[in-house]
Amino acid sequence: MLHRNTTDRIVDYLITAFLLLVGVTALLPLVNTLAISLSDKAAVSGGMVGLIPVGFNLDAYGFILRDDKFWQAFGVSVLRVLLGGALNFVLAVLTAFPLSRSVQRFPARNVFMWLFVFGMILNVGIVPWYLTISGYRLLDSIWALVLPGAVPIWSVILLMNFFRSIPKELDEAARMDGANPWQLLWSIYLPTSLPALATITLFSIVGHWNSFFDGLILMNNPDNYPLQTYIQQLVIADRPALHGGQAALLAQLSNNTLNAAKLFVAMIPILLVYPLLQRYFIRGIMLGAVKE
Amino acid sequence: MFKDSERLAYYAMILPGLLLLFAFTFVPLVYSVIAFQKFNPALGVQGSPWVGLDNILYMFSLRDARQVFFNTVLIATMKMAFVLVAAVTFALLLNEVRFLRIQRSIQTMVYLPHFLSWVILAGILRTILARDGMMNDFLGLFGVGPIYFLGQPNIFPWVIVFSDVWKEFGFEAIVYLAALTSIDPTLYEVAELDGANRVQKMRFISIPGIAPVIVLVACLSIGNVLNAGFDQIFNLYSPIVYSTGDIIDTYVYRIGLIQGQYSLGTAVGLFKTVVALILIGVSYWAASKFANYRIF
Repeated sequence: MLHRNTTDRIVDYLITAFLLLVGVTALLPLVNTLAISLSDKAAVSGGMVGLIPVGFNLDAYGFILRDDKFWQAFGVSVLRVLLGGALNFVLAVLTAFPLSRSVQRFPARNVFMWLFVFGMILNVGIVPWYLTISGYRLLDSIWALVLPGAVPIWSVILLMNFFRSIPKELDEAARMDGANPWQLLWSIYLPTSLPALATITLFSIVGHWNSFFDGLILMNNPDNYPLQTYIQQLVIADRPALHGGQAALLAQLSNNTLNAAKLFVAMIPILLVYPLLQRYFIRGIMLGAVKE
Repeated sequence: MFKDSERLAYYAMILPGLLLLFAFTFVPLVYSVIAFQKFNPALGVQGSPWVGLDNILYMFSLRDARQVFFNTVLIATMKMAFVLVAAVTFALLLNEVRFLRIQRSIQTMVYLPHFLSWVILAGILRTILARDGMMNDFLGLFGVGPIYFLGQPNIFPWVIVFSDVWKEFGFEAIVYLAALTSIDPTLYEVAELDGANRVQKMRFISIPGIAPVIVLVACLSIGNVLNAGFDQIFNLYSPIVYSTGDIIDTYVYRIGLIQGQYSLGTAVGLFKTVVALILIGVSYWAASKFANYRIF
């Protein structure tokens, strides 16, 4: 930039200050939740807790540590992230690679492409969807949470576009050496697509961790709820019976304090991967959205 | 010879994905025929009596259904408009920030809500927007309130719109920021030599620079006017605000799965699917015509 005068600089500072204020405001609700989770029962029910804990204590977190129901739900979520993430990864790669080939190499490519895109935009509604999965006898099974969304079509498209941007020379050279498609995929395409693979993996992890609705309608037994469904039933649908642990200790805590602590613990995995999310999601958006 | 084995390999790779696509996307489409039946789970699809268009006609006669359709379109449209304006404004302002580390810190702060689920965010919002919550404490300083944010039909849609802006504006701004950074910096330098001030540079360089992206986003959002955000509304609404807050997806869930009116629920869902497919067609057509967009 060229010469900047005093007014320019003052405006710079004003804009920066304003945006910092916006940023901090965006985080205030989260800070409030954290403060409530660390506060005393009486202060919380009196509506006295703002951004700083009143009567600081860790009782709610201690309670969660011993709460079997919470960790059971946490376990279901971890399982669905691992199983669902692995399925999404394998299926995205296996589906994207043939679709990234030219029509000369894979004549049925366009037909399949349209089928998958149609499948992506077709949203049949919740009732037939439920009846289908119930017809497969998958209710109350972990497979109900991972199979219906096992082919992540948006990730397939992203990965397919990435594969197509890889220089053809690499491909040709490997063919000269007699590589078959499986070897091409394994030794040329996968190693050169690491950023795109990281992006789609993170998509899957966040998606699986955050979904609650499939758990709600496909699991009849609350013991099979993933964490988000468990929290939804507890905090939103207000079914305090789901709070496990000792009744005596529960009496000392307000539901608000305990709920806030549970909300916060459910956020921790996302906060842990947040630096990665920021880096790869943005790249993913650019790959998917802004392409010429 | 080699070509055949190559094709065979591609078929083998795509087969598992294809089977799952059929099992979980096209089979439910077959189940949708119960929209034209008086479906009884005990009799199944084959045994249930056919009723023609009765469910569809009944749906159009329901006052609830019409209200729900209206609410959906209104909330979805307002969300898109407000998120778009907030995201563009944020991107333009952030582009003016000269301190790169602060710029990055601000992004880190505003992107975070995007990655949290509506269950978590609704849990937080229910606390903050309660009668004795942080928001009413704050408004109380100015002598306003207390306001029952989640319990008043005239206010509820605004809570939905603005909480969606909170969650998404930062993230939506990413595409605009990318477009801004791809503008040739010499344009700004030449404009400065000509004596252009900050507002003029924004008006004549930055905004035209991101206009194609704005057009693209606007076109693609046509396909979403029937998606008002199930997860968000489901976790924030209550019977008191059904009159303005109930949307197609929550309505279908209640009548279809909770009340067990499978056929009616499917009919409403099917109606939505058909309209949505048309809208998505229109949106892709508009995006390719006005913004040169191709999905693949």
